[in-house]
Amino acid sequence: MSDVIHDIGFRRYEGERFGRGWIVRSLLVDTIRGIFGLGRPARSKVMPWLLVAILALPPIVIGLVVLITGADRPPISYTQYLYQLNLPISLFLAGSAPYAVSRDLRHGVMSLYLSRPLMRSDYLAARYAGLAISMFAIMAVPQTLLMIAALLAELPVDEQLVGWAGGLLMSALLAVLLSAFGLAVATLTPRRGVGVAAIITILLVVQGFSFALSGLASEEDLSDLAVVAGALDPYRLIDGLSSWVLGVDAAIGEFAPTAAWQAGVLALAWLLGVLGFGGLLLRRYRNSVPL
Amino acid sequence: MPADPVDHAATPNPPTRRSFGAAITTRHLTKQFGPVTALQDLSVEMPTGVVGLVGANGAGKSTLIKILLGLLPPTGGDAQILGRDARTDGLAIRQVVGYMPESDCLPPDVSATELVVHLARMSGLPSAAARERAADTLRHVGLYEERYRPIGGYSTGMKQRVKLAQALVHDPQLVLLDEPTNGLDPAGRDEMLDLIRRVHVDFGISVLVTSHLLGELERIADHVVVIEAGVLQRSTSTAEATALSGVLLVEVTDRADEVVARLRALGAAVETDGGPTFSVAADARVLDAVTAATAELGVGLVRMQRRRHHLTELFGGTR
Repeated sequence: MSDVIHDIGFRRYEGERFGRGWIVRSLLVDTIRGIFGLGRPARSKVMPWLLVAILALPPIVIGLVVLITGADRPPISYTQYLYQLNLPISLFLAGSAPYAVSRDLRHGVMSLYLSRPLMRSDYLAARYAGLAISMFAIMAVPQTLLMIAALLAELPVDEQLVGWAGGLLMSALLAVLLSAFGLAVATLTPRRGVGVAAIITILLVVQGFSFALSGLASEEDLSDLAVVAGALDPYRLIDGLSSWVLGVDAAIGEFAPTAAWQAGVLALAWLLGVLGFGGLLLRRYRNSVPL
Repeated sequence: MPADPVDHAATPNPPTRRSFGAAITTRHLTKQFGPVTALQDLSVEMPTGVVGLVGANGAGKSTLIKILLGLLPPTGGDAQILGRDARTDGLAIRQVVGYMPESDCLPPDVSATELVVHLARMSGLPSAAARERAADTLRHVGLYEERYRPIGGYSTGMKQRVKLAQALVHDPQLVLLDEPTNGLDPAGRDEMLDLIRRVHVDFGISVLVTSHLLGELERIADHVVVIEAGVLQRSTSTAEATALSGVLLVEVTDRADEVVARLRALGAAVETDGGPTFSVAADARVLDAVTAATAELGVGLVRMQRRRHHLTELFGGTR
């Protein structure tokens, strides 16, 4: 290493120093960029953009089908779309959540953040918001494409816009819940690969479990339990809520809520999920993340 | 051939940007982790300039730094850093203080430039200023073309420089450097110590640097604080501690015994083991007598040098 320093002298910084608001915003932007692989090596871009492509392709096909067949409504509703494509959405979460937090935990980067003018909760808020916004984006973009395709096929504008807005609302609720869950799991291990596997496995297992429970319950004529078991799986939860709140067809009509209290249980499960996972995260960062 | 007769006078401290009197003051600072006492009733004042904090591993150095950054509440007592209260003003402190952790803290998959720009923003700098200062700071710590490569491929010395750069990038008034020479080979250690000295002398930034080796801090620190098991052992200005001892070391080419005899005849207190080198309690009269005696006897004066105390002599037990 050369020790020749062409020294123009150390310059003082007398310029502006922004506060926490700027820091949180910068970290949030950094999180979103990182999740989509921007400013990272090419191989980091492959997975997120492949999944975005997988999510965005069906609306184009659906649009063509509607155009060719002259159907009066798309074969799939906006909220059903979320359920139908739950696997790529889960994969995207599994890839993104560990990226957002595990790297900093594993390599000790937290000590560089914590020695700066921000609070532990600021860091967490920025990472969480960055992940939630990214999750929302990958759901909102294909739904928007679906809406554009429907309008091009000259389907009724009002109906399509209302359906699309409802789809965005449910996408937001799903993004908020999934992000809290994903981060809570990812912070349990500093190993990124373990985090990825854990998130995808847990989501698949709870989905299988909730369907098994619903199936058993309906065989035993416990239809209430069959509906409420949907609260275990984030995608079924949102699907059920959509059908009750927005009055749209559920992806799984068989187990859609039929009574207000059932929808209430689903809503409560969403709230408990967000607060519970969020609380876990806060506790983890307050107590056990070392400087 | 006469050698440099006396040591160079110590370079005077350059003015720091703002004078706070003491950079860091603690009063009866105590920190307990359950039954373990990490710091016990620590009352110490550290001036601006380069302050060395010496103690064995586990002596409480890192605990003190975390308290000073406002990240760890003390069990008792209080700490002021740059005039701010560490208990309540953590955010304000961390805006004007830089910190270089002892542990590994660098993600391997980004370049030094990307990391330091990002961390400059995390210190509140606008993006354009962050980019400019990151480039400047990395150059100042001696990272050039390699700063565009991922950190994963860096040597320990380069990683330590990146860690130092991120602590300096927002132009703090004070940096806290936790064991910056850890893991470096002797040459790397020397380079790092020179760099730390420059942080104060050239950049005008006060430094608190920890080490478990007193010897290396002695070289660069203006003030040394020694703690052991969380208890203050000593807090001394190095200028004071290594003051000229008033003993002159003289070495002649030949006929040392005759020179000694002449000096003794003049009443000077000489200590000699009979070799060509002897020491003599010095005053202005003795200095002249030495030169006169060597000139009259026609012997060469190899060395005439004032002896300094070494910190290690004072703190014999702490190494």
